[in-house]
Amino acid sequence: MSAPTHRFTPRSGARRLREAVVVALFRAATYAVLLAGGGVFADILYKGSRTVFQAEAPFINTTFLFSSPESLHVFEWEGRRREMGDREFRAFREREPGAADVRAESFVYSAGGIWPCIAGTLLLVAGAMSLALAVGVSSAVYLSEYARDGRFIRFVRLAILNLAGVPSIVFGLFGFGMFVIFFGWNVSLIAGWFTLAFMVLPVVITASEEALKAVPQGLRAAALALGATRWQTIRTAVLPYALPGILTSSILGIARVAGETAPIMFTAAYVVRDRLPWEVERAVDFLFQGVMALPYHIYVVSSKIPQNEYTERVQYGTAFVFLLLVALVAAASILLRNRLRARLRW
Amino acid sequence: MPNQTTASSPIVEISELDFCYGSVPALHGVNLSIPARQVTALIGPSGCGKSTLLRCLNRMNDLIEGARVVRGSIRIHGVDIHGPEVDVIELRKHVGMVFQKSNPFPKSIYENIAYGLRLQGVRDRARLDAVVEQSLRGAALWDEVKDRLQQSALGLSGGQQQRLCIARTIAVEPEVILMDEPCSALDPVATAKIEELIQELRSRYSIVIVTHNMQQAARCSDQTAFFYLGRLIEHAPTRDIFTSPANPQTEAYVSGRFG
Repeated sequence: MSAPTHRFTPRSGARRLREAVVVALFRAATYAVLLAGGGVFADILYKGSRTVFQAEAPFINTTFLFSSPESLHVFEWEGRRREMGDREFRAFREREPGAADVRAESFVYSAGGIWPCIAGTLLLVAGAMSLALAVGVSSAVYLSEYARDGRFIRFVRLAILNLAGVPSIVFGLFGFGMFVIFFGWNVSLIAGWFTLAFMVLPVVITASEEALKAVPQGLRAAALALGATRWQTIRTAVLPYALPGILTSSILGIARVAGETAPIMFTAAYVVRDRLPWEVERAVDFLFQGVMALPYHIYVVSSKIPQNEYTERVQYGTAFVFLLLVALVAAASILLRNRLRARLRW
Repeated sequence: MPNQTTASSPIVEISELDFCYGSVPALHGVNLSIPARQVTALIGPSGCGKSTLLRCLNRMNDLIEGARVVRGSIRIHGVDIHGPEVDVIELRKHVGMVFQKSNPFPKSIYENIAYGLRLQGVRDRARLDAVVEQSLRGAALWDEVKDRLQQSALGLSGGQQQRLCIARTIAVEPEVILMDEPCSALDPVATAKIEELIQELRSRYSIVIVTHNMQQAARCSDQTAFFYLGRLIEHAPTRDIFTSPANPQTEAYVSGRFG
């Protein structure tokens, strides 16, 4: 019995084959991306979790998370191999008789933790995003609500677009020349804030403008027809409804601000600093101090110190904490956005 | 049936008005008196300038780049509304507007009505409560929404939303209410409710309504003005326009032969 024939019987096998090959190619490309991304994450999660978590209670390595970096001293004592952080080692030498002149191998940054880096990164993100949102949303409001389309405004938009394409190291150099040297702020938190804020400004402005444009024109007309001024209209009938969209853009901004190393390496980051950022004598010193930061710390412990069996612990631990922190901050913003969205949907 | 009085004194007087969008003329030499406390319908085919004229009356056209009055004037209570002493914000409080597409704010029903007063800085809760109730009653919506004033206005049906917009407009106590095809997005039942509402409002407000619906103009207006290609062709009591138009173009339009 032959196969039933009707007017929808497939005619050419070649066409089906071509279709199948194309689909397979696209699928393979997608899976390759997944594999690469998954590989990186799995590597960092696996190696990093060995630093951050531990077998005994409280199961989280609080020393690593909440203390400053120290040198690691390794030595033989009473036939056993001992590993101690700097402070512990000094105390040990004073306590134990005959330990005063024990010879130990020292490895910088391999003991202690990364608390100053976590604090520094959080401060940099908070300050830079506040600045970028204040300036970015203001100029987006001007561009989308007030400015009339003309040659000048087109030029401004072009400038913003170009700014988005500038490599981050160039922002770093700009910040170094402008804030660190010309303004005389030295390597400081505030110089880092401004440099990072400038870097994310194009993202914030462009996305805020889109969010403002997405607010229905009818709401503006309604407010104006009720006797609202331009500013009252923007404040009560436009900005609140654009806020979720603006927050979405700033989530992308947060990841970039937290992650970029180049803009802060000349402007804000210290290789090591003993004091925590809030341990300052005068309030104004808070702004003009350099800080440690997670991405810069990863750079330092990966390429600026001698590599040995102990450095991997810090490298992967820091990378793990860094990923987690960015994820947490982003998750918090997403949560906030969703709550706003539920309240202010149109 | 609206009584066809013409003795009422005009509140809006438009004389020799020429209006342009950039270089495109939209209105030519329009002369029109709009009587107080009556309903004036503006009719005509699409692009005839009736909506443009409506939006001139509260200067919403100011927001459109290049839109300007070339010649002539619009006087409300004898004051030229394009004069240098006129604050457009104050003008819009006196000349309210209801739009083609209902546009409630994504706020509660209560806050929608209170919006105009809050803009003016009114904080007194008792006064706001009173105005909200009064305005919703005025827009024949109170009984439907009194139990859910704090719920989002977006939960209302299309017709309810449009009545909410009318309530929001009357909350700031304008003298003139402009309506730009207020029923074009509504079903016949909701349309009938809006038309009834217009009949109730005409005792207190001067209403100017743009409509594409000839029956609507015939049903609920006292005066009708027919526009064609940016010119006012004929303005007369509604009954005259629909039963014995003076101009053959008007006759052709209202009898459905073009437009």
